[in-house]
Amino acid sequence: MIAFVARRLLATIPVLVMVALFVFLMLRLTPGDPAAIIAGDNATPIQIEEIRERLGLNDPLPTQLAIWAGKLLQGDLGESFFFKKKVTELILQRVEPTLALAASTMIVTLLVAVPLGVIAAYRQGGWIDRAVMGFSVAGFSIPVFVLGYLLIYVFAVELKWFPVQGYKSISAGLWPFLHRLILPSLTLSVIYIALIARITRASVIDVLGEDYIRTARAKGLTNRAVLVKHALRNAAVPIVTIIGIGIALLIGGVVVTESVYNIPGLGRLTVDAVLGRDYPTIQAVILVFSFVYVLINLLIDLSYTLLDPRIRY
Amino acid sequence: MTWGRSFARSLLAAAAAVPMIAGLMSATPAAAETTLRVVMHSDLKIVDPIWTTAYITRNHGYMIYDTLFAMDEKLNVTPQMVDSWKVSDDKLTYTFTLRDGLKWHDGAPVTAEDCIASIKRWGSKDSMGQKLMSFVAEMKAVDAKTFTMQLKEPYGLVLLSLAKPSSNVPFMMPKRVAETPGTEQISEYIGSGPFVFSKDEWKPGDKTVYTKFADYKPRSEPGSWAAGGKVAKVDRVEWISMPDHQTAVNALVAGEIDVLEAPPHDLLPILQGSDDVALLNTNPLGNQYMFRMNWLHPPFDNQKVRQAALAALSQEPFLQAVIGNPEYYKVCPAMFVCDTPFAFTEGGDKLLKSDFEKSKALLKEAGYDGTPVVLMHSTDLAVLTNLAPVAADLLKKGGFTVDMQSMDWQTLVSRRAKKEKPSEGGWNAFLTSWVAADILNPISAAGYNTGCDKAWFGWPCDAEMEKLRNAFATETDEAKQKDLAKQIQVRAMEIGTHAHVGQWYQPTAIRKDKVEGMLNGPAPFFWNISRKDG
Repeated sequence: MIAFVARRLLATIPVLVMVALFVFLMLRLTPGDPAAIIAGDNATPIQIEEIRERLGLNDPLPTQLAIWAGKLLQGDLGESFFFKKKVTELILQRVEPTLALAASTMIVTLLVAVPLGVIAAYRQGGWIDRAVMGFSVAGFSIPVFVLGYLLIYVFAVELKWFPVQGYKSISAGLWPFLHRLILPSLTLSVIYIALIARITRASVIDVLGEDYIRTARAKGLTNRAVLVKHALRNAAVPIVTIIGIGIALLIGGVVVTESVYNIPGLGRLTVDAVLGRDYPTIQAVILVFSFVYVLINLLIDLSYTLLDPRIRY
Repeated sequence: MTWGRSFARSLLAAAAAVPMIAGLMSATPAAAETTLRVVMHSDLKIVDPIWTTAYITRNHGYMIYDTLFAMDEKLNVTPQMVDSWKVSDDKLTYTFTLRDGLKWHDGAPVTAEDCIASIKRWGSKDSMGQKLMSFVAEMKAVDAKTFTMQLKEPYGLVLLSLAKPSSNVPFMMPKRVAETPGTEQISEYIGSGPFVFSKDEWKPGDKTVYTKFADYKPRSEPGSWAAGGKVAKVDRVEWISMPDHQTAVNALVAGEIDVLEAPPHDLLPILQGSDDVALLNTNPLGNQYMFRMNWLHPPFDNQKVRQAALAALSQEPFLQAVIGNPEYYKVCPAMFVCDTPFAFTEGGDKLLKSDFEKSKALLKEAGYDGTPVVLMHSTDLAVLTNLAPVAADLLKKGGFTVDMQSMDWQTLVSRRAKKEKPSEGGWNAFLTSWVAADILNPISAAGYNTGCDKAWFGWPCDAEMEKLRNAFATETDEAKQKDLAKQIQVRAMEIGTHAHVGQWYQPTAIRKDKVEGMLNGPAPFFWNISRKDG
């Protein structure tokens, strides 16, 4: 097991190197000049040139890459072109809202999606099943920002149950923290619930046809025991896999949700950095996202050993 | 006990505990202080108002810095940090004396040396500052509060330059900060303005916080534009970053913010529908659209072709397509903005009506071979998006072949700096917008600089125009200055530096039930505003 984890962690290094190289080149080869953006709309060509020189953007690409890679190896993600702040500091400022949003979304999703999927499988073909599948299709189809605006209009502007926007740290109190997180989490979890409910339903239906389920029923176990102890546990591997895949979906959704609800998280930082062509920040955020994605997939793989004793690394 | 009952009981217990925990965890409310919550037109990214011309940074500058002179709403230059000033009979020596009791935010007194260093740094970056500095022989501190500016020859724009209201504004900084080279950003944010920048609370992309500067000494005159008494009437101003316009509008309607600096025109009906929201036109001079041509490459390297473009364009279609509501736009022949001292009709009236036949005739005369006009189209800023399609349509009707290329604004501002041929990544034309305060005279307005390589993007080259601009700059007689400005407008339309394609206004939305006293100005000012409920 330890050897497996070590191997997998080592394997993340080439992945991250490739991501870093790709992002570095993609940013420099696409149109857009950070110096022109920094200088402002009224700046003269000479002022822009001075800033380019100052930021090292006139250096040859290999030189720029070598400087960045050198700093990266020392754990320095660089300094934002705009804010005169370390990118690490910017990321740390933004981690909490994104983690809170992702965690609350995940909790809402798991609490809703897995039971829905199991019930739909158990009542396969019935009205509950059709309703769950209908919701699932709708959940996939409705864009996150449309749902966001809809929920804001109904629950924040009209009913005034929740604030329209913003984020309060948990240090400001549990209720202010939760109050601002409910609508964004609901918005973001809908697509995720749709995905996981479908997979749960399919997996449980597969398992319910197995011989050992018939045996369990023959032993006189209750329906709940059959579903939870036998069916769900054996259907867990594909469900957990899809949760891992869904992390990518979650990262994409966070970018939109954070903009609609004005949550100052990593998603907003990414959008701002891309619009401003803030190369050091974009590179760092994408590296962090990539690392998190790789790490979550590793954790998912490790969780298989707990869910299925036959799996050994 | 069944599993279901046990679960339900746990759930009830948890639900009962939540308010208790929430109560325990709620932070103690801060002592009563008045806070103004504002959503600006963009997020504050750069905090050095000399290093960038970005308007948001200029607005930040107005919060924490002060200026020696300032422009009032009648566009008169009046002393601000300066108490008294005099000019020698030969108009070569200006002597400035600072007001008593001016302090930096760290408590140190503002000195003449600080001001000299600040003028020098601004003069190394800003185009109007550079022009001023080219006439300055030396600046010398006479005592702690007085300094002189010695000129090489008389210059008519000394005070106007020091009162420049928009980017880059000559803000005063402590000497140690102002000695930072103009090519580097400052790293200490201390001013002598009415608000203090709360650096520790600044979270880029989230919020920027300013607190009232208790030791600020406002002038006794009432506030007027950037001039007069800057009386901070709230303890704290928070600029909340909110890039999504719809969210910002919802937040204002719901009362979560107090001021929305620049709501897009298409969302104004929502705000007009709210009883608690008022729309203010705080910048009555507004903004002006510009169609800029590139003189380096065909077809606009030919004066007759540029004149053909001017004949084809007219202001109304642009304004209708972008702003729509005539309440927020004005057809205006004056290149230096209507209702200002240099507002003239001569020459500028060409843009009141398209004359496609004339355009076609001029193109024929010029021997235009159908070379496509590469027109850059910005797609992501609401106040610019519809401009290029209108220009393309009018130019086509005037006989041009147009290749409109769409891109985001940031790509456009990068590409417009390229001097390459349009086929190699360069360009022929683009449209932009100027805050009127930037273009009130031919020296501050970048579009009239025809200094070839030193000119603004498009690089027009015309010795006659440069002669007129220099004559304007050195003229100290107001009547003669006006005459020169008129000649410059006529010359600009003759050679085709650019086309001014309409004046438009950006309302600011406020919660009228919560705030009052917002001043007019070329930028949003937050002194003089008070909370009704505070």
